[in-house]
Amino acid sequence: MPDSLLAEAKPLSRTEMAARVARDIPEGWYVNLGIGMPTAVADHVPMDREVIFHSENGVLGMGPAPPKDQIDPWLINAGKQHVTLRTGGSFCHHADSFAMIRGGHLDLCVLGAFQVAENGDIANWATSENDTAPAVGGAMDLAAGAKRLWVMMEHTTRDGTPKLVHRCSYPLTALGAVKRVYTNLAVLEVTERGFVVIELAPGMTMDALQARTGATLHLPA
Amino acid sequence: MIDKIVGSMAEAMEGIKDGSTVLIGGFGAVGQPNALIDGLIEQGATDLTVACNNAGVGRVGLARLMDLGRVRKIICSFPRSSDPVVFETLYRAGKIELEIVPQGTLAERMHAAGAGIPAFFTATGVGTKMAMGKETREIDGRTYVLEKSLPGEAALVEAWEADRWGNLTFRKSGRNFNPVMAMAARLTIVQSQHIRELGEIDPDHVHTPGIFVNRVLHVPYGDPSGF
Repeated sequence: MPDSLLAEAKPLSRTEMAARVARDIPEGWYVNLGIGMPTAVADHVPMDREVIFHSENGVLGMGPAPPKDQIDPWLINAGKQHVTLRTGGSFCHHADSFAMIRGGHLDLCVLGAFQVAENGDIANWATSENDTAPAVGGAMDLAAGAKRLWVMMEHTTRDGTPKLVHRCSYPLTALGAVKRVYTNLAVLEVTERGFVVIELAPGMTMDALQARTGATLHLPA
Repeated sequence: MIDKIVGSMAEAMEGIKDGSTVLIGGFGAVGQPNALIDGLIEQGATDLTVACNNAGVGRVGLARLMDLGRVRKIICSFPRSSDPVVFETLYRAGKIELEIVPQGTLAERMHAAGAGIPAFFTATGVGTKMAMGKETREIDGRTYVLEKSLPGEAALVEAWEADRWGNLTFRKSGRNFNPVMAMAARLTIVQSQHIRELGEIDPDHVHTPGIFVNRVLHVPYGDPSGF
């Protein structure tokens, strides 16, 4: 990172971000992890902490990817990757699976995003109004339905454009849904005041974070 | 004697008319009724509306049905795939209509159709493009959007086991959309890996009761592969 404010900063790697999110998930929660970066969170929840992972395609109690010689061709996750089922896990059909989501039964959903606004709006499914064949999947159901929505994403785009913004410019996934954002630079709560910084990456400062954020940052009250 | 088991693909596909809405089960390659999709290609019905989670992969199955110009409109949640070449080409050329539906709304619209519910309110999609032009209502302080049910003239379903009354079980994540599509269509056609004697499937283990099923074709193809 070019500017001197960040000379000492150590942004979290994707693995460290996944581990950081996993640390905040208590035993007993039913959790859906979005496709992409959030999927790795499961690898950092120890097996003796019983967290039950849900996949949109009707898998409750999903376990990690199997070794190559133990793949079950009938068992995939929402990202169409082969997975396993933990002892105690179960299958259901799509309407029941989405009833778990839409009926407010999931304690947590972790999604990736293109943008999160300080009012909790999330944009994570299309980057323009005229996207060729946009694909929404279950993102809108998860964002609107889970008891809490956390977002896990890089703090800025590759070219440095802030992804935490005053208002989203990309097509919305849900209104006012995001409760917390985990980035490579910070952990932020979305509150009535806007973004409240509850943790900074090692060496990161509030000024440096503010310079990379498209909305006003607040300190905890 | 009730016997929903049919002996040929032609018999299974009989009566699917041009202009029909066809619901096609499966999520990825798992639980996807590939043999029935090929049967529909062979059968010839055209000007179809297809509801399916995805919009086809490569140039086979649903992608081939589209490539042949037989699909007027696709209703799905996720038209992208590892190889969406056919859909994207048709879509860019304006030769296929696309209705994108959030995945849970897609499932619930068919579930509702099967239960005689013409429309329902949901929080999914409120404030997004998905709610444009649709009725919204505030109920107990939260805003919801009205979504209509999605009945089909026909459903193509893949089961693990079936008996002659049409009772079905599914295998692992192969269940997915299949049971709700079976409920939502007037003509539900099933391909099943196994045919069981009546009574052989434990009544407590039936996933889809035979009332939702019209025809069963035995297709013991083995394990799904590819996406």
